[in-house]
Amino acid sequence: MPALELRAVSKSYRSQWTFARTPIVRELDLEVEPGEVFGFLGHNGAGKTTTLKMMMGLSRPDSGEIRLFGEPHLNAAIRRRVGFLPENPYFYDYLTGREFLSFMGRFFGLDGAERRRRVDELLERTGVATAADRPLRKCSKGMLQRLGLAQALIGDPDLVVLDEPMSGLDPIGRREVRDLILDLRRRGKTVFFSSHILQDAEMLCDRVGILVSGRLRSQGRLRDLVGDRVRSWEVTVVGGREPLPGEVLSRRQGEVLRRVTSEEELRALLSQLAGSDGRVVSLIPQRATLEEVFLRDVRQADDCAADSAGAPPAA
Amino acid sequence: MEILPIALNTFREAVRDRVLYLILAFAVVMILASTVLGMLTVGGEEKIIEDFGLAMIALFGTAAALFIGIGLVFKEIDRRTVFTLLAKPIRRGQFLLGKFLGLALTLAVNLVVMAAAFFLLLAVRGLPAGGLWVAIWLTYFEILLVTAVAVLFSSFSTPVLSALLASTVYVVGHLTWSLKLLEEMIESPAARATIRMVYLILPNLEHFNVRGDLVHGVPVSWGHIGFATLYGLGYTTLILLAATAIFERRDF
Repeated sequence: MPALELRAVSKSYRSQWTFARTPIVRELDLEVEPGEVFGFLGHNGAGKTTTLKMMMGLSRPDSGEIRLFGEPHLNAAIRRRVGFLPENPYFYDYLTGREFLSFMGRFFGLDGAERRRRVDELLERTGVATAADRPLRKCSKGMLQRLGLAQALIGDPDLVVLDEPMSGLDPIGRREVRDLILDLRRRGKTVFFSSHILQDAEMLCDRVGILVSGRLRSQGRLRDLVGDRVRSWEVTVVGGREPLPGEVLSRRQGEVLRRVTSEEELRALLSQLAGSDGRVVSLIPQRATLEEVFLRDVRQADDCAADSAGAPPAA
Repeated sequence: MEILPIALNTFREAVRDRVLYLILAFAVVMILASTVLGMLTVGGEEKIIEDFGLAMIALFGTAAALFIGIGLVFKEIDRRTVFTLLAKPIRRGQFLLGKFLGLALTLAVNLVVMAAAFFLLLAVRGLPAGGLWVAIWLTYFEILLVTAVAVLFSSFSTPVLSALLASTVYVVGHLTWSLKLLEEMIESPAARATIRMVYLILPNLEHFNVRGDLVHGVPVSWGHIGFATLYGLGYTTLILLAATAIFERRDF
């Protein structure tokens, strides 16, 4: 049974004045298996936050169905098994970190002692123990983000939903959040996080989904999305009679770095080198990165939009 | 069980907010100022002190209700703290009710402090306090009703609009008798029906106003105290139910 399941979920917003409906999320299908780290990627305004809000019951879909562990997502018992970190969280600034976490822990039926123990543990785990008794209005952005993570974990959830967990963090903070997510995976938790930072996803995710203008463009294992797609080869050669196939990227001390973009070209280059007294120093296949897959998806979506708008095809 | 922590947290927020203290300090100053007003009048000094003091308690109690009622609910939504909370296993009705009860507790403490200042003043001046507590008791139920109205409006509109609408309800709620008068004077049956509707829908806040009677020594019957208390509680409940129905539907 999937930890999270979206079936044909759509959401649009109505303009307050013209009543025109703007679609935000369109016919979204998504499945996240238990124990998976799933990266929900998309540029700003793609509809990521709207999707997450629907999952958490903060807004309701126009149509479609959302299930958590096989149950309708608004089911109270199921909601106890889910933790959520909103985007740019802003908490009660008159509370201290400890008070805030303790308050949040009250909704999970923990008794006093258990709650205190859990709060202390999470303060430690998220690295805010030293600032635990400081009012939140005096806490830095990074500290608030960590407290946000701590409150998402207070109910020891099986599914953790994080909206842009790395945003606003310095490199150390991002590293810590990454470690925390990996730690959650080790504990067998399911993590679903949105991001527009692709490196984060590449380092963490088992699977990713790429959302473009409210539609899921690609979904799958990271390996399948980027893995075998070799886009070009970079070949460093010494000697050989010019002209050789491929584009010259750089020359240094007799070594020439060339790029070839097809297998035919590569074969031609190698045979010509063998024919003259050329030598291959290195040959590195360049695989697609998630960034390229992402940009391709965005571009395709733009083209579709341009086509359907009747615009002349790009030259 | 989810309601209590929200109520206590709301109370804690109000206690740590400076606005409340400002209103409270001003209220106490105004209550004490009734002495000055008493000195300026010829005769009936004690009536002036009592009437003015009780009126100030009602006024500042209501002001605090509007202020923090609208402020605290709107702030949750505006600062998106509500996202974190509503993503917990909490129903929206529980959130709203918890918020309301926290406000009710805050306003009760507020009222007790003002009442203490008032009764202290009476004691110092050697004036009889008599049955004046009845006025303060009923003021509390009026304040609860106004708070519910403020919560209702701020569950779907902006603070400025909420403040405007809620204070309109407060003012008109004290003038419903004039609607009745108007109804008797108007010929058009459609207009009469409309006015009758408005009269029936709006709360009649004059039920809670017994200051005039008390100050002039007219006793207020237990029957009226009971009626006004239940009227306040019933009306407050209805408004909170409406607020919940609206809040349930809201998209964040």
